[in-house]
Amino acid sequence: MVYAKRIDKRKFDEIRPIRAEVGVIPNADGSALFAFGETVAIAAVYGPKPLHPQHMQDPARGIIRCNYTMLPFSVAERAKPGPNRRSKEIGMVAGNALSSVVDLERFPGTVIDVEIIILQANASTRCAGINAAAMALAHAGIVMDELVSSVSIGKIDDKIVTDLIKEEEDYEEGEGATDIPFTMTSRTKKIAHLQLDGKIPISRFKEVIEAAKKACEKIFKYQERALKGEKIN
Amino acid sequence: MQLPNINKKRIALLLKEGKRLDGREPLEFRDIEIESGISVNAEGSSRVKIGKTEVVVGVKLDVQEPYPDQEDKGTMIVSMEFSQSAGERYESGPPQMDSIEIARVVDRGIRESGFVEWDKLCIKKGEKVWCIFIDIYCLNDDGNVLDASAIGAVAALRFAKFPVYDKKEEKVKFGEFTNESLPLTERIPFSMTFYKIKDKILIDPNRDEEDAADSRLTIALSEYKKEKIINAMQKGGIAPFSIEELEKILAHSEKIYEEIFPKIHERINSLIKR
Repeated sequence: MVYAKRIDKRKFDEIRPIRAEVGVIPNADGSALFAFGETVAIAAVYGPKPLHPQHMQDPARGIIRCNYTMLPFSVAERAKPGPNRRSKEIGMVAGNALSSVVDLERFPGTVIDVEIIILQANASTRCAGINAAAMALAHAGIVMDELVSSVSIGKIDDKIVTDLIKEEEDYEEGEGATDIPFTMTSRTKKIAHLQLDGKIPISRFKEVIEAAKKACEKIFKYQERALKGEKIN
Repeated sequence: MQLPNINKKRIALLLKEGKRLDGREPLEFRDIEIESGISVNAEGSSRVKIGKTEVVVGVKLDVQEPYPDQEDKGTMIVSMEFSQSAGERYESGPPQMDSIEIARVVDRGIRESGFVEWDKLCIKKGEKVWCIFIDIYCLNDDGNVLDASAIGAVAALRFAKFPVYDKKEEKVKFGEFTNESLPLTERIPFSMTFYKIKDKILIDPNRDEEDAADSRLTIALSEYKKEKIINAMQKGGIAPFSIEELEKILAHSEKIYEEIFPKIHERINSLIKR
């Protein structure tokens, strides 16, 4: 048994239908929605604003404080509300990815709060969240060198696939599943975030990079269109 | 605590010429020391020193209910804390983000490598399975606590012996040990972390170098059928890596694995035999 066809019939390098729009949270300084199929994330940005307590301020640059929250009803089995180790880690890696493209030296002593909320989850939630957050930062008018775009690349059995769904993440046949969330900067094509879980020979990693680059370039086009005011459904 | 900029600049400047303050090559590890038997009450325990960095790791076993989606598999919980002794910058309180991240990265390397045979940790399907608790404490932080933690966790697992389990009472008799080791395979994970300072890459930083680093990338490797398999990766810090840097790091990782892993493996083997 090999993974010859994807469970949802997509091509191996095909991203699920993307939804993207900005301005979904009226109160926020910037906000956006980004969805890969059934995985729906929204992000809201508040700031830059003075950071309290004061001793946490960095006189040289602003900081991005990123929170990732999965709503209890976003997954099949209710997720316990409140932060946990997974959500804290994702908030941190997402914040780092975003910080790599924001010109933080322009906002010394301040904080930019980025709230990522997962409304509905079918894998790749951190990637959808990062995409939404990057758009929300740009929507807030925060000076950025470029955008970041994020996608999950996987090795399912022996196939390299783009944008995993839950059933692929949980695939156990053959060589099983390897999940690789990958975030790239839009212009300079650098790696702003990278994680990996699973089993993949070093010799096959080039294919992962290629797939990620191709997908991130596509995703960036959607983010850009949404930022120009288009509502992509 | 912020590193004075002057020190940071010096580190970066030296590295430009391929040099480090302590005379090492950019891709050279400090000496790694491994010991066993830190606590007689632990099912397995280890001490790892990399240079002046020191971590102690304990493995405790208990019998618990399995997760509902893995009814016939044992479980594992990895925790990590910096003791206040680890350095001036550490204060008491709940685990901070850096220790949470270390625990999670160590966990993934072990979990994904196939090192532990989870199904052999099942006592009664859906009701009783062994849970492995791995607790990592950093006693002294002179950089690269992440790699030290990963080495220590693997060592402690390899040293561990099951406690006595009373099948009638369905209870663990803590403090009484059997001679039986954990069900482990040859697919032993080995983690290494690459640090980026400006456009240079180095490994096993001391504390000042780690503070000077712009970002890092941890790679957990294991070997299967003579091939190096990546089981976990984690980029930390803000500065991005270029694709070329990533490709170079992957090539380095294979070499470093060949160089360091056999030594660690031998050392742990000799401690097990003793």
